[in-house]
Amino acid sequence: MSRLAERFAERTAADSSALVTYLVAGDPAPAVTVPTMHALAGAGADVIELGIPFSDPEAEGADIQAGCERALAHKVRLRDVLDMVVAFRQQDTRTAVVLMGYLNSVEAMGYERFAAAAAEAGVDGVILVNLPPEEAEELRQALGALGVDLIFLLAPTTTDVRARHVLGVASGFVYYVSLKGPTGSANLDVAGVRTRLDDLRALTGLPMAVGFGIRDGATARAVAEFADGVVVGSALVRRMGELAADPESIPAAAAAFASELRAAMDAA
Amino acid sequence: MSREEVMTTQQAQRSSFEAADGMVSFADYNFPDERGHFGRFGGRFVAETLTHALDELDRVYRTLKADPAFQRRIDRDLAEFVGRPSPLYLAERLTRELGGAKVYLKREDLNHTGAHKVNNTIGQALLAQHMGKRRIIAETGAGQHGVASATVAARLGMECVVYMGAEDVERQSLNVYRMKLLGARVVPVESGSRTLKDAMNEAMRDWVTHVDDTHYIIGTVAGPHPYPSLVRDFQAVIGRETREQCLAAEGRLPDVLVACVGGGSNALGLFHPFIRDAGVRMVGVEAGGDGIATGRHAAPLCAGVPGVLHGNRTYLMEDEDGQIIATHSISAGLDYPGVGPEHAFLKDLGRAEYVAVTDEEALRAFHHLTRTEGIMPALETSHAIAWVMEHAPQMDSEQIIVVNLSGRGDKDILTVARHDGIEL
Ligand SMILES: Cc1ncc(COP(=O)(O)O)c(C=O)c1O
Repeated sequence: MSRLAERFAERTAADSSALVTYLVAGDPAPAVTVPTMHALAGAGADVIELGIPFSDPEAEGADIQAGCERALAHKVRLRDVLDMVVAFRQQDTRTAVVLMGYLNSVEAMGYERFAAAAAEAGVDGVILVNLPPEEAEELRQALGALGVDLIFLLAPTTTDVRARHVLGVASGFVYYVSLKGPTGSANLDVAGVRTRLDDLRALTGLPMAVGFGIRDGATARAVAEFADGVVVGSALVRRMGELAADPESIPAAAAAFASELRAAMDAA
Repeated sequence: MSREEVMTTQQAQRSSFEAADGMVSFADYNFPDERGHFGRFGGRFVAETLTHALDELDRVYRTLKADPAFQRRIDRDLAEFVGRPSPLYLAERLTRELGGAKVYLKREDLNHTGAHKVNNTIGQALLAQHMGKRRIIAETGAGQHGVASATVAARLGMECVVYMGAEDVERQSLNVYRMKLLGARVVPVESGSRTLKDAMNEAMRDWVTHVDDTHYIIGTVAGPHPYPSLVRDFQAVIGRETREQCLAAEGRLPDVLVACVGGGSNALGLFHPFIRDAGVRMVGVEAGGDGIATGRHAAPLCAGVPGVLHGNRTYLMEDEDGQIIATHSISAGLDYPGVGPEHAFLKDLGRAEYVAVTDEEALRAFHHLTRTEGIMPALETSHAIAWVMEHAPQMDSEQIIVVNLSGRGDKDILTVARHDGIEL
């Protein structure tokens, strides 16, 4: 079983959900990232999504855009992001790590080189926001051959016909985008998401994680009632941004936030 | 695929090209494929939320494209609202002064709103109406596409929001005011480099949020499929008219077509109806800014590498890590790090050539055309004029150049004055 599958299976067996936390690699400074990843894992995060900073994050709301800009001010490159995973893995071989970003970063490195480097670093999965399955075959094979999952997203606007097609090539887990909008939007319709997820479950045995619009214990708890995983991104990145002037305080603050989410979810 | 792949480069005026299954004559040129690919360029690289809207747009467009009533409606709007056909004007004095090829100007500057951009917004607004969308969004650089979008929105009674880089809001203040007069809301974009690419990012974010009731009018032949071919088809009226007009005036096709290239819509609109005529040379002029060697330019076809941005694979200006780099051009409408994927394809095929002209050369051309012909070109267009000024003298008097006079320069007079040290 892959590390991703194990983490989800474990939480499901305990009648809870996996906590998936997102941060931008190198935000607000490169030295903060690995300690923050350890802090999140220690507080109950099962999967860490590590954002690859990109100059033009077109699907991102204001919080994650700002996170990318803070990281890029330090000229954080994809190679640096992979090195952070290598460093993290020296102490943690349990928590799943998923890289999340935009296709151009990977194209610039080259598919084969990226797949090899990601696998070697201990990356479990890759999410590329602007890479739909139709264009993904070459990369999917390159990653798949080395045991790295290419994870796809489904949205409220995805039709059933298309969902079947996407799920036919999906691996790792399914990332369900809970609302129309960039990351960090408000207005999560929990009941609507639940109904949709029930429909999709008929089409796949993969774990289903829900993201976009989950900002605190209450929303995490509501989604954990029915989802296999709860993704929290913008709310964490915003907190990290607020502490940018005092980077030493970030790992502890991230841990406190993750504990709050974890406790709320476990009470669901 | 990796960047180490060697790029095949141009070899102008070949009569055939290599497709996946062998050599194909340009007479059979028919792109994109079903999924919007021009060879390895183009495609659709977007967040999942937008896929459905793009599928719908593609389906509706295919249906309407084959519908004679829709075509008649567009033709009527282009005739009565835009003022088409635009003249193909023989620039006699310019021709005499340059002392070489005969220079014709395709007068898109005479269109309603002052540029070629309206050819596309007329068509897309009708599509939006047909799809039942009440709200229009657009990105704009020079403001011409924003004005053209605000214009059709006003006419059809639609809400219109235009995203514009904060830097462009400053340098194109006349167009900002025009858009406001037309009832549009102009949103200055402060992120990134505060220019056209950032406006496009912000428009995508708006679209993903309001996709149910909003149509995004992309202003050039870029973006995810079906935009590159859809915008090209709406702009191809330029080339179709040019063909007829040149045949009527000269009894033959032109030797050279020249147009400036930002995203590439005025160039492709002129070029496309001639692609199958292998004897017609096509030259796209990019913004050379301070000069290609300085790195301060906006010439991805001349100095970029293939990558993925704004929904398609094309030539981009980026660093080794794939980060998009800041561009520079005196003309806001050319200040973009990417280019339409069909141009990337035509470059690799060697069917079109792409060159760059600096800010200084463009400014000189602006003044020259204004003084010799009484026609004040947009700074974007001035780049194409600069190429003509350099190359027409080396051609013989039997040869014909057609330049796309994509827009008029009224919007740019503050920039020109500032550059010339004049306080208005
Ligand atoms: C007059 C004029 N020409 C050219 C352009 C560049 O766009 P494109 O390359 O799509 O024709 C613009 C864009 O604003 C413009 O206003």
